Amino acid sequence: MTEARLSVQFAGALVTLQDAGRTGHLRYGVPASGPMDKLAFAAAHAALGNSPDQSAIEISLGGLILECTTGAVTVAVAGGDFAIEHAGVKGSGWTILTLQQGERLSVRVGKSGSWAYLAFAGDLQANEWLGHTATHSISGFGGGAVVSEQELLINNAEVRKEREGNIETPGFLIAQKKLSQTEKIDSIRVVMGPQDKWFRSEAIDAFKNSSYQLTDSYDRMGVRLQGPDLPLDAALSIPSEPLLRGSVQVSGENVPTILLADHGTTGGYPKIATVISPDINTLVQLRSRQAIKFVPITAAEAVDVTRDFSTKLKEYIAKIAIPRGNLQQRLMQENLISGIYNPE
Amino acid sequence: MEPQFTAVADCGLLVTFSDTINDSTHKTIISFDKAIAKAMATDNDQQLGIIEVVPALINAMVVFDPLVTDHLQLEKVLRTVLKNTRQQNTQTTKRVVQVCYHESFGFDMQAVVDTTGLSREAVINAHVAGDYKVLMYGFAPGYAYMGGVDSSIQVPRKLAAVRDIPAGCVMIAGAQCLITTLKMPTGWSIIGRSPTQVLFNDPQRPFLFDVGDQVTFEQIDLQTYEQATKTKVSTADD
Repeated sequence: MTEARLSVQFAGALVTLQDAGRTGHLRYGVPASGPMDKLAFAAAHAALGNSPDQSAIEISLGGLILECTTGAVTVAVAGGDFAIEHAGVKGSGWTILTLQQGERLSVRVGKSGSWAYLAFAGDLQANEWLGHTATHSISGFGGGAVVSEQELLINNAEVRKEREGNIETPGFLIAQKKLSQTEKIDSIRVVMGPQDKWFRSEAIDAFKNSSYQLTDSYDRMGVRLQGPDLPLDAALSIPSEPLLRGSVQVSGENVPTILLADHGTTGGYPKIATVISPDINTLVQLRSRQAIKFVPITAAEAVDVTRDFSTKLKEYIAKIAIPRGNLQQRLMQENLISGIYNPE
Repeated sequence: MEPQFTAVADCGLLVTFSDTINDSTHKTIISFDKAIAKAMATDNDQQLGIIEVVPALINAMVVFDPLVTDHLQLEKVLRTVLKNTRQQNTQTTKRVVQVCYHESFGFDMQAVVDTTGLSREAVINAHVAGDYKVLMYGFAPGYAYMGGVDSSIQVPRKLAAVRDIPAGCVMIAGAQCLITTLKMPTGWSIIGRSPTQVLFNDPQRPFLFDVGDQVTFEQIDLQTYEQATKTKVSTADD
């Protein structure tokens, strides 16, 4: 059995081990956790030839620096637009490369994006909780936080030369809308409710027509927004109700917070709207002070959007999962494509 | 009130049975939850598309796979399930939880004594005498909200949460009681500590309680508490 060992030279806050998530325990107060951006997580594994439920490292804006101390392993970095430095060579994310013994890899905050995924060609060893390595950040249950000086062990580590190179980005799957020449605002689709009836009509109007900024209060539990107040109809004391990832919960201060991967499973504050699943991937890659505009759609439209997204996602995943071939094969392909290949 | 079906984004349906918390509503929710579990168990082809159900105080969230079903189709299925579910007096599981009310654990016991005007013994007796029922989980993994705190010891939440409350604390707020499973902040009043294990690393049974379980507390002294926690540690090492 070939193994690779990586020593963590630096890990920022909120860098954690994650698998696809522990779905099915909401009734026990346990959210699925797993990747903030499911799309980028899936892309990293697919492009590397991994199965979609393998463990990977979720890298925050804090960044991560690793050194390969034993063996060699091919890795994928996907998500956002992070800056990479591999063995002294600078590059950018959405790439597959091989870490040789003694080489360093740094994944750092780049031009945009909040979360990147580092997947390994092999089995990243991590603690499981309830059958999953996904880290529930508040408790630390699961694989846990990745911290400086930690050693990561990859069993069955492989070098997959045929997969090295860039990963096609899924830009077409990300909802974005230019509202003006200067301002790029991401439109985030929501279904209103389930507790929108508790808000005054001016709150509903403000929610639908204004833009909201993400604030620095942003972690795996949720992101607090800044924008027009969303006053409730009356001072409320409603019973706690179950909620889902993407819930836009409005606190007693009339301020909305979007609940994310490590959300509480029930909440006593009313939820004015809920972000549809595909758009959560877009939302989480934004940074504080970036603006969003909520676009309400009907529940039926939301299901249609998700089905369409799922079809496109499957096509994309199937496409990037095909190995690019060894260097010779790739040169040949590229020559064929550029039309300058001349058979002898 | 007729059950209300409310869409939650692309993958949830919230079924609400009442505007207020009451015993009859909760019984209906438990029966509904059990009936769905039964339907899911026989849904071998996964045609229902139901992923999970979250029973709570006045409603239940049904989470579904939007690639298999949608809100309207699921609503039809759930209406049929409801029609065939009458509130049954299904057997409830009884759980016994040990509590040590020693002063080194009951951080807020004095405050509860001051608020209620009862003696320390009277507070403990009222707490032990209660019939508790697990109403829902929330806030954090394994935080089982139990209803049934005697009116004589109902105290409001603190104005501000206190940080780093350890696991195993037995605490009360209003009519509710819960046992902490993690180190978390809380605004509830801590009156004791339990050695009873409520958190398991088992996907089939992550926590001791199911929603609907009946819980009784058994008072233990410090020595028994220490004995119990010692035993727990040694079994964990095996």
